[in-house]
Amino acid sequence: MSEITPDLVRHLGVLARIELSDEEVQRLTGQLDAIVDNIAKVSQVATPDVVATSHPIPLENVFRPDEVGEMLTLEQALQNAPDAADGRFRVTAILGEEQ
Amino acid sequence: MSDLTRLTAADLADKLATGEVSSVEATQAHLDRIAAVDGDIHAFLHVSDHALEAAADIDRRRAAGEQLGPVAGVPLAIKDVLVTTDMPSTAGSRILEGYLSPFDATVVARARAAGLVPLGKTNMDEFAMGSSTEHSAYGPTHNPWDLDRIPGGSGGGSAAAVAAFEAPLALGSDTGGSIRQPAHVTGTVGIKPTYGGVSRYGAIALASSLDQVGPVTRTVLDAGLLHDVIGGHDPHDSTSLTDAWPSFADAAREGARGDVLKGLRIGVIRELPDSGFQTGVSASFRDALSAMEAQGAEIVEISAPHFEYGVAAYYLILPAEASSNLAKFDSVRFGMRVTPHASATVEEVMAATREEGFGDEVKRRIILGTYALSAGYYDAYYGSAQKVRTLIQRDFDQAFAQVDVIATPSAPTTAFRLGEKIDDPLQMYLNDVTTIPANLAGVPGISIPSGLAAEDGLPVGIQFLAPAREDARLYRVGAALEALLVDSWGGPLLDRAPILGTNGGAL
Repeated sequence: MSEITPDLVRHLGVLARIELSDEEVQRLTGQLDAIVDNIAKVSQVATPDVVATSHPIPLENVFRPDEVGEMLTLEQALQNAPDAADGRFRVTAILGEEQ
Repeated sequence: MSDLTRLTAADLADKLATGEVSSVEATQAHLDRIAAVDGDIHAFLHVSDHALEAAADIDRRRAAGEQLGPVAGVPLAIKDVLVTTDMPSTAGSRILEGYLSPFDATVVARARAAGLVPLGKTNMDEFAMGSSTEHSAYGPTHNPWDLDRIPGGSGGGSAAAVAAFEAPLALGSDTGGSIRQPAHVTGTVGIKPTYGGVSRYGAIALASSLDQVGPVTRTVLDAGLLHDVIGGHDPHDSTSLTDAWPSFADAAREGARGDVLKGLRIGVIRELPDSGFQTGVSASFRDALSAMEAQGAEIVEISAPHFEYGVAAYYLILPAEASSNLAKFDSVRFGMRVTPHASATVEEVMAATREEGFGDEVKRRIILGTYALSAGYYDAYYGSAQKVRTLIQRDFDQAFAQVDVIATPSAPTTAFRLGEKIDDPLQMYLNDVTTIPANLAGVPGISIPSGLAAEDGLPVGIQFLAPAREDARLYRVGAALEALLVDSWGGPLLDRAPILGTNGGAL
């Protein structure tokens, strides 16, 4: 058995910035438990002598000339913003009242 | 007019080149077909308002004597994961509803430059997470062979569009089988190129070390024609390979002559037992192998002992990379914003937006990925999964020392019913058992129709895998088997699909 608990799922929701309802936490706990039990078998064959592969076709030193490329205009960068003002993205308060 | 939709892209391109048909006529025929059948199929999330305009432009340029590419004027459907400037790009998610990209994905830009005519954007599982399109926020796509069944996923919209003759060509993306498994269940052709063979720039990222864009078509030659348009190095994608690729259309034409089968060594994996596959899927697979053997191919049993760990490794690597890639949907620069109350902080706004904007499967995988990457678990999960990748690559290396290609059934079953697996994520994940190893190792794979399963009359696909960078080999072998099978059937498999759109329209 894995150690997926409702509290852990709630905490992961905070880390992932996803508000989860109690019903979602319950459902995800059961599902993730089953999934993690199944995928944990990777550790059976992942012995210390095996090197990790992060990228299927290894490439090294992919550089480009240090020149200004094709850039978005300010208008293009902001065209999909939910809120913008004075040529910038606008968001709500960074800090809450008690912070 | 409507028979223009039954032509292969290659045949349509010939008629366009000789002037027998105009691009406006071809495009209008496909728009009519979409109007007639897409109410039932729901392959498209958006149909372009600019298709006829683009087609007219090609016709004008052709009339003016301009030298156009081989597929100029042929219509194209585009998976909604690829961003487009003239149509919304949502990746099947509510969080991106109405999003208009300021730039085209490289593959879209290349398609336009080649004169292909974008018809619209096709449905998909949200952010390409799924095997059935049931995780689309905009409702599922229906399989043209049986409207109660799934068209595969995540690229079910692109596969259904070509299977239903709504488009001769479509673009897909394949992270764990999202091009090949839909091809299998819809009786169509799909290719996942070598990782880095096609640019990912402008493909909304799911798992960056696995994602690859590729062609979705009805014939191997058509796939080659489209691959020739979209492939090759792109400086905007630093994982894109600088190789000079051969023409895949030429490889398909060469393969169709059949000589390639003589002496071809085909590997069959010992550890993929028949027991895991539907009877009709196994039978169709064996029949296809026999047909190739009769033409001089040699079937060689190979061992790939680590493939059974592929699904497990994949469902660690994919969620880990996805949880990181999807962090950009934060309600600040683009996409939905939900403000839960007047004094909500930006963090509360993000959490409320992602709660409402993401569907269940996306949340599940982000949470799983966040878990797999968290301190204390990283080595056991993500680190181990990356080691499995190495082991699977070694299995491939050893196999390809003995054989030219590996063959598997493209998926364990034919199309299952809509709703059948939606509540059991683990069962859904196991659909990808045959396709995932290629993504983990970066090697190319093709699925072509091998026949119909005897018990349910639904399409079955055979998958071929080749060493990295040997995509052309897949086109040769795929076209050779396709020619054999179509000949033995007396016509393409899709000729046996049910007639759609009998309620009127442009038939």
